[in-house]
Amino acid sequence: MASVDSIAVRDPAEPCHRAGPGFMALLRVELLLALRRRADIANPLLFFVTVLALLPLGVGPEPELLARMAPGMIWVMALLATLLSQESLFRSDFEDGSLEQLTLSPQPLYFAVLAKVTVHWLVTGLPLALLSPLLAMMLNLPAAGYPSLLLSLLLGTACLSLIGAVGAALTVSLRRAGLLLALIVMPLYVPVLIFGTGAVQAALDGYAYSVQLAVLAALLAAAAALAPLAAAGAIRISLDS
Amino acid sequence: MAWQWFHRLGSPRWFYQKTSGWLPWLAAASVLLLLVGTVWGLGFAPQDAKQGNSYRIIYIHVPAAFLALAGYYIMAFSGAIGLIWKMKLSYAVMRAAAPIGAVLTFIALFTGSLWGKPTWGTYWVWDARITSMLILLFLYVGVIALSRAFAREQVADKACALLALVGTVNIPIIYKSVDWWFTLHQPATIKLTESSSIDPSMFYPLLVMIIGFYCFYAWTLLVHTRNLILQREWRTQWAQQVLRGEPLGDAG
Repeated sequence: MASVDSIAVRDPAEPCHRAGPGFMALLRVELLLALRRRADIANPLLFFVTVLALLPLGVGPEPELLARMAPGMIWVMALLATLLSQESLFRSDFEDGSLEQLTLSPQPLYFAVLAKVTVHWLVTGLPLALLSPLLAMMLNLPAAGYPSLLLSLLLGTACLSLIGAVGAALTVSLRRAGLLLALIVMPLYVPVLIFGTGAVQAALDGYAYSVQLAVLAALLAAAAALAPLAAAGAIRISLDS
Repeated sequence: MAWQWFHRLGSPRWFYQKTSGWLPWLAAASVLLLLVGTVWGLGFAPQDAKQGNSYRIIYIHVPAAFLALAGYYIMAFSGAIGLIWKMKLSYAVMRAAAPIGAVLTFIALFTGSLWGKPTWGTYWVWDARITSMLILLFLYVGVIALSRAFAREQVADKACALLALVGTVNIPIIYKSVDWWFTLHQPATIKLTESSSIDPSMFYPLLVMIIGFYCFYAWTLLVHTRNLILQREWRTQWAQQVLRGEPLGDAG
């Protein structure tokens, strides 16, 4: 696979131990691969939009009711869309053996995982967040909630991608991992969901929502430090099987 | 010398032999304590001024809830020992602790909801503690589901240990965030604050029950771990001897 080739473009006598160039190279390759599979990018977004379009059909079109449910529903659906797209995070690399190559490379596996998660967020979390004001408008959310929804989703989906990567790495060697991945990762998503919807609710009630955003940013910092480590450990365990 | 016991723990056989003597004591202690605590708590402790007799369910509910959380840490801790020192025994303890902890969490939730009906008039409230307990149950279920998914036990052990550790890091965050969420959405009609001071006449039977539950937990954990060890080591000579009912020589 291309990701391995591009890391290998260096003098073989002088292995590159620095994390920076390896991280950037992997980031570029992963992004290129993701952009070539447009359907894979579109699917989570389409899921997000479709399920949210089902909501008024289920609960009725009353604007007040929809406005009340909108922050929670948008957040839960963003969570599900992230989760569903995460199953394939390491899958193809595991199947063609390039994941094993990555663990053998002189770069720390931490940065390889971080690069893959970053790309995952760029092609799922970021578009989901950018799309959210449109859906918020369709669900009649008051305009006061838009900035908080956008910002909380930007920070929150990055957290979700990082946490989900641990689950994806743990289940990568299993053939049908989809539901199991959801089962093991969902409880870990709880704090992100609470503070994400909390930010929107605070904004709707007319309060400052910087506290919730700060907590989300703190969760993101902690997840960025710890989740790739755990995921790297999980990859090594999965490769054992 | 001081660490010899620790290295010996790496041997499943040594553990199996050592603990067989503990089992009757633990069994006797837990049966006795649970019996005394139950009779004392249900029959002799005074009625609650506000809740009448329905409060008596705390004699099951509180010890189960205590051990549900402690059980997760026991599971994660033994998983961590397994990952760090590659100890077969601690993986067996971890795997044995998962279903026991899940059942205790379920008992805590179930008794809590039974208690809720006469006290708050409803079986289920999205209260902070109840919600955290439910998420704890999901965490347990996740570990159990993951352990069942792998074909090879060694991989399942390590994967579960890692997941339990990730859960351990998250539990305080989850509990705090659920608390915060609840204070934000707290419904005004229901007041969940228990009286923080409990009368000694009600507390002593509770204490007996808590100690009894700890003994019972240790007993079941030990029995389950020993069974898992036999299951995993059945090919070895000593396990065959045990399975045939022959006495074991000194493991040294």
